[in-house]
Amino acid sequence: MTALEVRDLHKSFGGLRVATAVNLSVAPGERRLIIGQNGAGKTTLFNLITGELRIDSGTVTLFGADITAAAARRRAHLGLARTYQIITLFPGETLLRNVTLSLLGLSRLRWNPLVRLDRQHDLLEHAHAALARVGLEHLADRPVAQTSYGERRRIEIAMALAQNPRVLLLDEPFAGLSIEERRDVLNLIAGIPRGVTIVMIEHDMDVALEFAERITVLHFGQVVVEGTRAEVVEHPRTREIYLGA
Amino acid sequence: MKRIALLLALLALATLPLWIGNSYYVNIATQMLIYAILALGLNVLVGYAGLVTLGHAGLFGIAAYAGAVLINNGHNHLVVAFGALAVTVAVTAVFAILALRGTGLGFVMITVALGQIVWGIAYRWISLTNGDNGISINTRPAPFGLSLLDASALYWACFVVFLVTVAAMAIFVASPFGAALRGARDQPRRMTALGYNVWLTRFLAFLFSGFWSGVAGLLYLYYNQFISPQAVALSASAEALLMVIAGGTATLLGPIAGAVLVIVMKDVASAYIERWNFVLGAIFVLIVVFMPEGLVPGCVRLWRRATSARRPRAATAALRQEGGR
Repeated sequence: MTALEVRDLHKSFGGLRVATAVNLSVAPGERRLIIGQNGAGKTTLFNLITGELRIDSGTVTLFGADITAAAARRRAHLGLARTYQIITLFPGETLLRNVTLSLLGLSRLRWNPLVRLDRQHDLLEHAHAALARVGLEHLADRPVAQTSYGERRRIEIAMALAQNPRVLLLDEPFAGLSIEERRDVLNLIAGIPRGVTIVMIEHDMDVALEFAERITVLHFGQVVVEGTRAEVVEHPRTREIYLGA
Repeated sequence: MKRIALLLALLALATLPLWIGNSYYVNIATQMLIYAILALGLNVLVGYAGLVTLGHAGLFGIAAYAGAVLINNGHNHLVVAFGALAVTVAVTAVFAILALRGTGLGFVMITVALGQIVWGIAYRWISLTNGDNGISINTRPAPFGLSLLDASALYWACFVVFLVTVAAMAIFVASPFGAALRGARDQPRRMTALGYNVWLTRFLAFLFSGFWSGVAGLLYLYYNQFISPQAVALSASAEALLMVIAGGTATLLGPIAGAVLVIVMKDVASAYIERWNFVLGAIFVLIVVFMPEGLVPGCVRLWRRATSARRPRAATAALRQEGGR
């Protein structure tokens, strides 16, 4: 059984085709990298998988369950988590509250208007643990607005990991980071247990190739090459797309 | 310090009819409490959900009209209270289903339209609402045998309801649901990806907000013993929205301060200043310019700035003294 499978996916915005017959099959525990030039449709593919965009045709399955028609929120409950290329946090809230909101999203407690959130000790303990996992526990009570860009990238990952996902979609987790910060985030991602399948979009090939087991190359909404690192690097289409030769 | 100030304020409010003397001013204070409840309810949507509405006077009025019709049909006050609030919550649900189809300006315009429909019904469905003449009632409830016909007794009853409202708001805001609502306000897309049903969260908040608007509407009916289309007009919705914005959205004290400000200008200052509307407008302009976050958060900010400016000066003086020795 595959962890994530996309079959014959199509999506257009008016006359603009952003995904054409996209097929993607990711095995459980796999580290998959999706590359492609700007406008290739990588983030759109993530949005289609998570249900933030509605697909025109095709199917998406998660561990064998067809989630094509499932609402985006439902997919989170089924074990699909993601991070965003453009950091999407709650800047006025503390790091702890950001991660708590992530945990709360999968808990029935989120509907409760009668208890105090700051007295939910189990939830807060888990939130602290999630922050410790990304090395930010010491900043738990600091508002996100007062953190660095690199720290915010790690909060994004902490929020995704806090939900114990089965499949994690990372959208350019190294974007805007310094070399040292990239190394830190890569170590963090490398430390995620194999129980979590990871699909990552990334432009930084030096860092990304180190991480990937299999690579999918997207070009104008189509999968043009797929294979192991060596196969993709050697493939003439990859060279053509990236080097124009 | 904060607790002492709060206790003193509560004590002053609880004993207000005893030291204020004049029943006219007791009635003004009662109005402030009623409008503070309305503003607190509205603040759930405007402040915590980020949904600006201009139709809440409609919900306020529906409770008052439903209460008046039930009273005039001979029902007891318990039935009136439950009936009026049930009708208000049911209408709020319809309002919410329709209004939540839009976002931003679209949401505002739908609430304006819905509020105007209520006003139209109040004005034109004469067999039910008595049209422009409104509906009078000649009774007030007597909970636990205590008659509310006296201004002071009605004030205390409203004060108890006001305290319950503030407590309900405080619990709501600090709850997981309150956090989810604020999250849906700030990052709806992220909240959906985290597994939240943003629409349902907003819908339930709308119901909660509508319920408290209904409570205020019912108290308004008992206070005035009269309800007319004027109470559900667009200007009444705008006034309630101004209370929230002027006092400070997404705060507990802000809407209360806003309600006090508007009622003081409308019912007290208007006795001395002919063009009190102009003064109220000028005050709002000043608030927007100098305290865009609202009166309460703005005053807190100025207070903090003043105290932090004083501290370094005191520290410098102490250092100078040390150096002089």
